[in-house]
Amino acid sequence: MTAVDFSTTFSNAWFPTPVFTASGCASSGKELAQFFPLKDIGAVVTKSIMNKARLGRATPRMAETPSGMLNSIGLQGPGIDTFIEKDIPWLVEQKARIIVSIAGETIEEYSTLARKLRSVSGISAIEVNISCPNVENRGLVFACDPEASRKVIDGVRRTIGGELPIIAKLSPDVTDIVTIARGVVDAGADGLALINTVLGMVINLSTMRPHLGGKTGGLSGPAIRPIAVRAIYQVHAAIPNIPILGMGGVTSGRDAFEMILAGASAVSVGTASFGNPMAIPHIQEELKSLLEEKGFKQIKDAIGYAQRSDEHHE
Amino acid sequence: MATINKSAAQLRATIVGNKLVGQYHQILISVGDLVDKCKPGNFVAISVGGDSSKMILRRAFAISRVTHSNSFGGTMELIVAPHGQGSKWLCAQPEGAVIDLVAPLGSAFGIPTEPVQVLLVGGGYGSAPLFGLAEVLKDRGCKVDMLLGASTAGKIYAPMEGKRSVNSLRIYTEDGSMGIAGKVTDPIPELISDLDVAVIYSCGPMGMLAAISAITADKDVVHQCAVEESMACGIGICMTCVLPVRNEDNSISMLRSCIDGPVMDGSNVMWDLVGKNPTVTQ
Repeated sequence: MTAVDFSTTFSNAWFPTPVFTASGCASSGKELAQFFPLKDIGAVVTKSIMNKARLGRATPRMAETPSGMLNSIGLQGPGIDTFIEKDIPWLVEQKARIIVSIAGETIEEYSTLARKLRSVSGISAIEVNISCPNVENRGLVFACDPEASRKVIDGVRRTIGGELPIIAKLSPDVTDIVTIARGVVDAGADGLALINTVLGMVINLSTMRPHLGGKTGGLSGPAIRPIAVRAIYQVHAAIPNIPILGMGGVTSGRDAFEMILAGASAVSVGTASFGNPMAIPHIQEELKSLLEEKGFKQIKDAIGYAQRSDEHHE
Repeated sequence: MATINKSAAQLRATIVGNKLVGQYHQILISVGDLVDKCKPGNFVAISVGGDSSKMILRRAFAISRVTHSNSFGGTMELIVAPHGQGSKWLCAQPEGAVIDLVAPLGSAFGIPTEPVQVLLVGGGYGSAPLFGLAEVLKDRGCKVDMLLGASTAGKIYAPMEGKRSVNSLRIYTEDGSMGIAGKVTDPIPELISDLDVAVIYSCGPMGMLAAISAITADKDVVHQCAVEESMACGIGICMTCVLPVRNEDNSISMLRSCIDGPVMDGSNVMWDLVGKNPTVTQ
């Protein structure tokens, strides 16, 4: 068996493997570094960072659900300045590929974040998280509104110039994800991250009130994987030349392979790392074996392979 | 290279003992040399339900004691209450079963450099890690007194062998079914002055930890408490197990009880804000 070319690209950014952390599920990498070298995986996608430090939502912040969990963190973080000063240099030292995820309350905040990141060296790409469900006002979920989504991406594009690839992270909680995807691509996104968590709720039977401090939370884990596969398939079918970072319940090499077949150029692993700190290296090894087993020489040949026309069926 | 979780390792380990002690399961796990890294206060995160389980998150348990035994090498002891689905699964595992664990995690109880008077306060099975701690404190020359409390007798965990490490042990139950009727926190103010207590170590329900912090607020006593907040990962990446903690400049941080805890300085935890949104309440 010959070795598979495991590398993948998002615009001008190159990654040696197609398995990344998922934003919000690996902090800034320090916690997982005890379990595996961060340079061994495709990229570290850091937790969505805002302009100012933020405490996030009240506890309880999580509820386990069948094959999944709800989280309600509310974008807790140190703010962009501290992040740039402390976290980026450390990740660079680890020789990790870095994708910085940013989140804002306003269109201007996203542009501010982009401006601060523009001159920082060592970053491979920027993920623009316009779909965090854990904000006080659902109207702030830019990814639910095609026009707001476009404006955010347009602002980031103008600020950042052509230097860094932009990956827009979208929500599945929309009527037509393809419309949103087309809008952000038109506005200058180089890639798409699909999907953010799905809005959910658990009622606590002791208190007979919503269990989470923030009442609603984002559902993640294997429970949402079919939703993610569907979204990736639909968007890749509509915009085949735009690379997709697939995520949503990837727990094994099999799941990663499924997303690549649907149209993802790489996959992010989030909740699986909560259950197993070694999940990402394990998934990476399993995916490699699967690609070899199926006779793929390079990952590019497998991207969207589930969408090939009928005449190619054997 | 790693700065967080730096003693932690993931391993598949064999259960070598599982017996019922009152309402709790005393579970012994063979973990080899890992015991050398475990300190009182640390916890372990265990996968539950088997490979095809719908329970995707690990369960965190305080490590109650570690020992070197001739037959099993290094063993880790857990005291588990079979309350939720995950802990019930663990309690149902027979000797010989292999489980996936990550340990040791979290902060440890600080041990005084001087042989001082200490008071250990445990609520329910929260007393479990205090017996291992008592041994370490006694070896350091500290005088160790202990208070255990629970709502009722069945929820008191007080093994015979554990009593050897303590100078005195008093038990309180709210229904009076064992020991003295009342709350475990009732005698603390008097004991602090009578015994000249330098450090209180506590482990148990959050209400009890908050009550002890209120008692020690105006006294010259250090309060090290092991907190409990529901967590998804145990290794610092999920950000769910946070507690509001006061910084030196009086600002608030939401600290993770898995890596900045479970052992925290009770005087810094802002108990009134637990479960509230500090951005609004400030």
